Amino acid sequence: MPETLDTVPLQRDALGQGRVSSRELTTASLERAECCEALRLVVGTRAEAALAEADAADARRSRGESLGPLDGIPALIKDNMVQLGEPTTCASRMLENFVSPYDGAMAERLAAAGAVIIGRTNMDEFAMGSSTENTIHGAACNPWDPERACGGSSGGSAGSVAAGITALALGSDTGGSVRQPAAFCGVSGMKPTYGRVSRWGLVAFASSLDQIGPLAHSARECAMVLEAICGHDPRDSTSIPEPAPALEAQLSGDVSGLVIGLPREYFELEGAEPAVLERVRQAVDALERMGAKAREVSLPHTSYGIAAYYLIATAEASSNLARYDGVRYGRRVSADDLGEMYRRTRSEGFGDEVKRRIVLGTYVLSAGYYDAYYRKAQQVRTLLRRDFEQAFEGCDVIATPTSPETAFRLGEKASDPLRMYLSDVYTVSAPLAGIPCISVPCGEAEGLPVGLQLLGPALGEAVVLRAADAYQRVTDHHERRPEIAL
Amino acid sequence: MSRISPEEVERTAHLARLELSADERDAMTRDLDRILDYVASLQRLDTEGIEPTSHPIPVPTPLRADEAAVPIDPALAILNAPQAEGTAFVVPKVIASEDEG
Repeated sequence: MPETLDTVPLQRDALGQGRVSSRELTTASLERAECCEALRLVVGTRAEAALAEADAADARRSRGESLGPLDGIPALIKDNMVQLGEPTTCASRMLENFVSPYDGAMAERLAAAGAVIIGRTNMDEFAMGSSTENTIHGAACNPWDPERACGGSSGGSAGSVAAGITALALGSDTGGSVRQPAAFCGVSGMKPTYGRVSRWGLVAFASSLDQIGPLAHSARECAMVLEAICGHDPRDSTSIPEPAPALEAQLSGDVSGLVIGLPREYFELEGAEPAVLERVRQAVDALERMGAKAREVSLPHTSYGIAAYYLIATAEASSNLARYDGVRYGRRVSADDLGEMYRRTRSEGFGDEVKRRIVLGTYVLSAGYYDAYYRKAQQVRTLLRRDFEQAFEGCDVIATPTSPETAFRLGEKASDPLRMYLSDVYTVSAPLAGIPCISVPCGEAEGLPVGLQLLGPALGEAVVLRAADAYQRVTDHHERRPEIAL
Repeated sequence: MSRISPEEVERTAHLARLELSADERDAMTRDLDRILDYVASLQRLDTEGIEPTSHPIPVPTPLRADEAAVPIDPALAILNAPQAEGTAFVVPKVIASEDEG
């Protein structure tokens, strides 16, 4: 390719003007994936099928037809979203040889929008982790510094966008799994309102929290992708029965009068890196200079978020992962009787972190502990939800850091699960409340990207994206690219 | 005082159909003990009378017409089976034979 076309609008315009074909873009993405192989961001490609789809997009364009702004644009999906005839491993030995017998909603929606899925991205096993180190494919390396983590669990998706493999990727977010890797890798990543995007064909981790979201360089691109993947799906009973909102058209660049809430508890957090807090304050200053007003708000139950999250998420995971029993799909370790087959299959198929969460989740749901742990956590979830409802009575969006730190070193937290959990402090509350949120790059600390998190009220994707996009119109952090030594 | 014993970890792992080696059990006991100690902070909150939240965005239970349909071709559904016969999943015997009591 004669020019660097690493964003959706650049690719769309070049396609529209006939300066490049979808086949060329797809070939470039596949080549880039191969040359970044050492970073372990992409775990499998589907070159032949992708090129055929690219040719179909080119043929449409030559006939003057288009499926929309994503037509012919290469994309990656996290390795927990199924596509007909393609493997879905969830980075687990359990699903090492699984090939999907059907298209999930994301494969369908992307295809309907003309996007070309070139392959699958690395992740923590069953999306359980904050570093993309718990994976059978090998730990993913951060393009800004290969000795550091991409974050997780959608680390491969965030890293792939940062490394310029594709302009867009899908991830899934349960406790921060889109936003924290977006922050670590210097890209934008959004978790929509719970129920906005269909979970049909997303391998379940914690069903009341899981939500799929886009990763790209800019908020505008997130809006474009979200428009394509949102909307009601009767096959997901928690899908919100509303059509996809028009989001890109609402990116006016105007934030005058917008009230930005700064939660006191988030900025007073012990252990947050001062440089991270400083970058976030500077980002809020930039929005204020554009006419927004910042004011302090309170989310008084913030410090209980991680405890509530890890109880609810593990409880739901222990139930969801009961399906991996060696009977219908996935790994089976043979034994003489059924019970023994279950135990051996599960013990060999799951990694340590997954086992730890299954046992914790089983424990908090078991007789005698249910009320003290699981029910209590659900009650605290109500309090956290109300915190946000009250805060949004006095502001339009809430601004916080995405993560208390920048990308940590690979291996730094691998042996300390609780310390790893605590790094999710800023991201777990939003999925507990079900509200939309985005992480956008807002500068660097010691050469590593810092993420600004913007949260909005339920169904408030438009205002979150408008604020994020307005910020990106006056800053260029989202235009910075890592120099990758390959 | 520890919050969970190795025996409780073993019992819980059994409920989840997981087998742990002695080393795995001991490591998990240590990890879970710290995690349970951390989450015990929730007990400080008075939640008397607070409704639990099971789904963050309540939508009414959707109903569909009661019509028979084939969600997936059985021949496709069986493709990932570790062991299959026709469109049936084959598993080891479920009930122990008589001499095993």
